Amino acid sequence: MEENKQTTGKVSGIISNLVIVDVDGPVSQNEICFINLKGTRLMAEVIKVMGDKAYVQVFESTRGLRIGEPVEFMGHMLEVTLGPGILSRNFDGLQNDLDKMEGTFLNRGEYTAPIDVDREWDFTPIATEGDNVIAGSWIGEVKENWIGHKIMVPFKFEGKYVVKSVKPAGTYKASDTVAVLTNAGGRDFEVSMIQKWPVKVPVRAYTDKPRPFRLMETGVRIIDTMNPIVEGGTGFIPGPFGSGKTVLQHALSKQAEADLIIVAACGERANEVVEIFTEFPELDDPRTGRKLMERTTIIANTSNMPVAAREASVYTAMTLGEYYRTMGLKVLLLADSTSRWAQALREMSNRMEELPGPDAFPMDLPAIISSFYARAGYVFLNNGQTGSITFIGTVSPAGGNLKEPVTESTKKAARCFFALSQQRADSKRYPAVDPIDSYSKYLEYPELQEFLSENISPQWLDKVLEAKNILLRGKEAYEQINILGDDGVPIDYHLRYWKSEVIDFVILQQDAFDKTDASTPIVRQREMLGRVLDVCRADFSFDGFEEVNPYFKRVINVFKQMNYSGFQSSDYEKYAAELEEILAERRIA
Amino acid sequence: METKAFQKIYTRITQITKATCSLKATGIGYEEMATVNGRLAQVVKIVGDNVTLQVFSGTEGIPTNAEVVFLGRPPVLRVSDDLAGRFFNAYGQPIDGGPEVEGEEREIGGPSVNPVRRKQPSKLIATGIAGIDLNNTLVTGQKIPFFADPDQPYNQVMAQVALRAKADKIILGGMGLTNDDYLYYKNVFDNAGALDRIISFVNTTENPPVERLLVPDMALTAAEYFAFDKKETVLVLLTDMTLYADALSIVSNRMDQIPSKDSMPGSLYSDLAKIYEKAVQFPEGGSITIIAVTTLSSGDITHAIPDNTGYITEGQLFLRRDSDIGKVIVDPFRSLSRLKQLVIGKQTRKDHPQVMNAAVRLYADAANARTKLENGFDLTDYDERTMNFAREYSESLLAIDVNIDTTVMLDTAWKLFGRYFTKAEVSVRQEFVDLYWPADE
Ligand SMILES: Nc1ncnc2c1ncn2[C@@H]1O[C@H](COP(=O)(O)OP(=O)(O)O)[C@@H](O)[C@H]1O
Ligand SMILES: [Mg+2]
Repeated sequence: MEENKQTTGKVSGIISNLVIVDVDGPVSQNEICFINLKGTRLMAEVIKVMGDKAYVQVFESTRGLRIGEPVEFMGHMLEVTLGPGILSRNFDGLQNDLDKMEGTFLNRGEYTAPIDVDREWDFTPIATEGDNVIAGSWIGEVKENWIGHKIMVPFKFEGKYVVKSVKPAGTYKASDTVAVLTNAGGRDFEVSMIQKWPVKVPVRAYTDKPRPFRLMETGVRIIDTMNPIVEGGTGFIPGPFGSGKTVLQHALSKQAEADLIIVAACGERANEVVEIFTEFPELDDPRTGRKLMERTTIIANTSNMPVAAREASVYTAMTLGEYYRTMGLKVLLLADSTSRWAQALREMSNRMEELPGPDAFPMDLPAIISSFYARAGYVFLNNGQTGSITFIGTVSPAGGNLKEPVTESTKKAARCFFALSQQRADSKRYPAVDPIDSYSKYLEYPELQEFLSENISPQWLDKVLEAKNILLRGKEAYEQINILGDDGVPIDYHLRYWKSEVIDFVILQQDAFDKTDASTPIVRQREMLGRVLDVCRADFSFDGFEEVNPYFKRVINVFKQMNYSGFQSSDYEKYAAELEEILAERRIA
Repeated sequence: METKAFQKIYTRITQITKATCSLKATGIGYEEMATVNGRLAQVVKIVGDNVTLQVFSGTEGIPTNAEVVFLGRPPVLRVSDDLAGRFFNAYGQPIDGGPEVEGEEREIGGPSVNPVRRKQPSKLIATGIAGIDLNNTLVTGQKIPFFADPDQPYNQVMAQVALRAKADKIILGGMGLTNDDYLYYKNVFDNAGALDRIISFVNTTENPPVERLLVPDMALTAAEYFAFDKKETVLVLLTDMTLYADALSIVSNRMDQIPSKDSMPGSLYSDLAKIYEKAVQFPEGGSITIIAVTTLSSGDITHAIPDNTGYITEGQLFLRRDSDIGKVIVDPFRSLSRLKQLVIGKQTRKDHPQVMNAAVRLYADAANARTKLENGFDLTDYDERTMNFAREYSESLLAIDVNIDTTVMLDTAWKLFGRYFTKAEVSVRQEFVDLYWPADE
């Protein structure tokens, strides 16, 4: 961190938010600079350098900008500020605290501090004098909401250090020095509760990243039962507009079994973020009994906010996730929608007249997406503890066609594929996750299989695969019925189809807006799958195919009433008994 | 747009394309307005001392020695209560023979509302049209387009919705509106005695297409004045946004940008989002609701314009002619109001969400039955019943000429359920069945 003469420059070209700057000294790729516009400072990032011209993308509107305006280069990349006080905040893509901004409208050039450096925290030391530490080692702890927020050796510290001193338990300001570390060369460094980190660089303060193995419960049946996500896993939700990407992500953010949730609202609707602001402070987290907002942090860069900051927003969110993961926490990171970030890259690449790849997206899009997903994961920290980032992004394919660059690149990077189908959404079969096309690669992991066997039941995996198979056979039967006609196929085809419909209506479909149905704990999922499979395995007698449809409609109806009733409540048991009666009418084995 | 004495006049244009001209000039601000031989233009690119201007009315007949005057400011609108009842062109100049509006000069296309300063929309807009109120309930502060083929009566439906919406101000942004449709709107509002709460910014088919690009921002600047400054309920009608997007593509093509899907500029999503996201509910009471029209070409919603729109707006109302009943309906499959769950079952009767979904599910069954029939198969009794249900559902609830109260809509749906189905086939929560299942007819 040596002092260099600061590079400056002058604006020499403006094409929308791409600005060309003639520079007088060294600049680096992705360096941050500020452009002066009549006293307002506009933040920008270097995205290309040609000779003494730096091409910068401005994170604000450039309206009124003139040639010759002065530019200052900051000597660092886009950084976030890390420390206690991040949780429950609402930031924009550049980590400005939105609540601290003046007025109703976002005035350009208004940047607010992400963290209150003067706020006092109750500090408890963890490290002691003489400890050997490296970047990410825990020095102490403060209580942030209910989590133990670890104060760590800054990630930027390279090499080994020895703890020279740590402050005793007490109340300190975030900016106060809480420890002094000595490096191998004998030089002392003061450490406060606050550090900075460039968002585009992965935080590597862990020793190992094993394959994830632990189920992350979400309460969403089509995920937990059929296509499970794991702690530290990755998944994505592609789907045309209106198919339920955002509703599904919101359900995950409310229900998933994570210590904290980071939501990156990237280039989508402002009202969807407002929904979180409005509802989460009122909603209870069933696991802790606290308000959901206490575990939630929002990075809002909605579609009307500066396009260039969209890209920054997902990196900002990921970096905050990595920071908390290094404290040994389970982080769930949600980004809606990663396509908007890809489009922002495309807009800029077009403005720079780069040679376009497929659909005019930049050539390196697949690499950008895969290195982003690679930052998620389950890790062993330096002290042997574990932490995780589970990442689920949505993808908004143009025209709903999955053969497009963002979907295809993401499919290579993410391990769970929750494909939303227009057809299912149209017929209100929510969540519209396609049961045949979707998959979770984790179901093939022996590590997860073992976990499921121990924690749900030894037969669980077999049952899940059986249910998947019934769905597939049901679909085939349905196609045959459509080709050959109702009476052109054996009754058995109708049975096969209707058994798959039972799974569809009872397990797959779930009303996100019904207070009971919205979230199903895994014990209840286990019982439901058992009951449904009992029906699917049974033989029934019918005299004609016309009898099959009305009969199974009754079965499904009672099952649905069960889904709407509290687990094992008196209503639930009443419907269960009714179900047995209906089944007894026609069951022969 | 008068030129002032001290303003410098440039007379050497170095390059002319169909929509732009370039010249050497200094001290010019990005997006600044200018006149080129009296025609309005805007700065779209500056490299060194080379300034490129987009000429809104086109460059036909512009000579290389045309007089260029820079106005020193981006496009503006003068706002005050005097806007009410007035008709303007795309530049905000009166076209109704009245005087220029006095008021504060505001830049159009101004900054976005801080998301934490928004309020969650919560006020239901009743239109009487069951295809909307029952299946796709609208809420103030929402942004939603009609998706319709050009021959659908979307302007009529929109005018009806506007008048029933009980807004303090209705702002019409007309883009490529035919003169007949423009006069239609004027008439309808006049007949309803609503002219004093209407403000119009109109670019008709007789005006140059690129001028349209200013219309949404003009309309929304006026809307923000009334909704934010005056805390009024404002409804903005934008018709036709497809023609707006076409104008965007004209400009980007002429500026040699690499087109993405369907020859649209790569920035189409951001361009449209900037407009639609102006819809807002302010905590202080004012609101901007945007109802737009996106015309389709033969019902294709995968085209880049409706596709990007659907990703931005809070749903869409899909108009389609139902050949069974010979009427235009609000298609229950393709239509969606994303904000409906904020009000249905809360400000309407509790059974609303389930009744709505059940009816649509049964309607979907009818569509399957129809496919069966078309493929030459026999229909089952259930198939027959769904098809009969579908016809009556379409006629008494989906058709756009329906005008009833939401409770009547729900009762009508239950009546149809009882007429054609068993309780198990309808499959809604038992408590609602107990309450509303009709006694035998
Ligand atoms: N699980 C669900 N249960 C009930 N309705 C749903 C569900 N998922 C989606 N919907 C309906 O679909 C609409 C669109 O969902 P949304 O998540 O906003 O779509 P997308 O983000 O894919 O455009 C919602 O407003 C809601 O009406
Ligand atoms: Mg969405």
